[in-house]
Amino acid sequence: MSSWQIIQQSLPLFEKGFVLTLWLSFIGIIGSIIVGLICSLLKYFRVPILSKIAVIYVEVSRNTPLLVQLFFLYYAFPVLGFKLNAELCGIVGLIFLGGSYMAEGFSGGFDGVSKTQVETGKAIGLSQLQLARYVVFPQGLILSVPALAANMIFLIKETSIFTVIAIPEMTNTALDLIGMYYRSNEYLLMLVIGYALILIPLSLILTILEKRVRYGSFGN
Amino acid sequence: MAKQIIKVEHLEKYYQKDHILHDINFSIDQGEVVALLGPSGSGKSTLIRCLNGLEAYQKGTITFNGKQVEPTEKYWQQVRQKIGMVFQSYDLFPNLTVLDNILLGPVKVQHQSPKVAQASAEKLLDQVGLRDYEKAYPRQLSGGQKQRIAIVRALALKPELMLFDEVTASLDPEMVRGVLNIISKLAQDANMTMIVVTHEMNFAQQIADRVLFLEDGRILEQTKGDQFFKQPQTDRARAFLESMAF
Repeated sequence: MSSWQIIQQSLPLFEKGFVLTLWLSFIGIIGSIIVGLICSLLKYFRVPILSKIAVIYVEVSRNTPLLVQLFFLYYAFPVLGFKLNAELCGIVGLIFLGGSYMAEGFSGGFDGVSKTQVETGKAIGLSQLQLARYVVFPQGLILSVPALAANMIFLIKETSIFTVIAIPEMTNTALDLIGMYYRSNEYLLMLVIGYALILIPLSLILTILEKRVRYGSFGN
Repeated sequence: MAKQIIKVEHLEKYYQKDHILHDINFSIDQGEVVALLGPSGSGKSTLIRCLNGLEAYQKGTITFNGKQVEPTEKYWQQVRQKIGMVFQSYDLFPNLTVLDNILLGPVKVQHQSPKVAQASAEKLLDQVGLRDYEKAYPRQLSGGQKQRIAIVRALALKPELMLFDEVTASLDPEMVRGVLNIISKLAQDANMTMIVVTHEMNFAQQIADRVLFLEDGRILEQTKGDQFFKQPQTDRARAFLESMAF
């Protein structure tokens, strides 16, 4: 069979993997942003106990590989009595990892709001909460956009590790096909193109977005 | 006798082991304009920042409007509504229009009705000649315009005391005059009580009823304005005025 035929023949299977990668990434990113935002808010407002828990979570999550986190969820959790299917494991793992990166992204933005802005806000009598709402968060969120964008791209790429717990996403599909037909060149090319199709447009959109928000709000 | 607005007694400030302010005592009556002068690093900015709770102090008391201030963030938050402060870096909020910058305090903190607050904000903008810019964003303004807006923002809360911390220090020379004129007008026409930290000696002489001269965190002399510039009591103040080529 020619390369072209190989590619055509496996396209439907590949498409499935592609869609699953997209879907898992989407859920993972949304979940990570929610977890990250909550953690960064707990830290910002120095909520007793909970902010400490958030700090511990961030450290554990950022300092262990996703591979190990997935093994833990997939193989160790059932021993403890929680059994999750592979896809759920993948999503939970991705959110566990991504949540801490997003938390650091948000916190970095909040910390990046200049001290003089905060003092000016205090000087007009804003309360802690008002200060957050009108001064720190609007500016901090904009400052955190580049970090959040980088994290999104990072998380999408991390979904390729799901292959170790047999989730039929794009990388897994490619590896399976290579195993069956020994046509590595064609399948690896498809894999590269598949990720590029997701990541290049996304990264362009995010760059435009970064420029927009920056132009929209800076230059005191 | 004029009402006393603020009184500082035996104020001491440490920054870790460094003793920044030593036994500061003074009081200011309503309508009085006090210039806080001294060489760089003498503690002027630290002192003025203590007066609205942006710096913590370790000993001593501040009494505002006859009530001793409790040194808690919560208490200061209330007091700050009555003390306007303008900084060297103007720091307008970049994400808000000029008008929203001005209205934030009156509407969100003092719960004035937006309509009423807007009317008085526009009046103030008229007075500083920037009424046309109310819909503009800070990035569209020059430094001098931003600083004038920052002054309006502080005045919009109808403060009883205004603190100016080197407000012209980061402005281009041709912008300085306009900002200083607004402060002078405020002192003369509105009889505003104010404390001004400045390096503009001509301006200080023109505006100050009294001068507090600070060095190394101590008040070396408190003298009437005209007298300080003609005949300072201490050698140190004389040397300072000479160094400022005054």
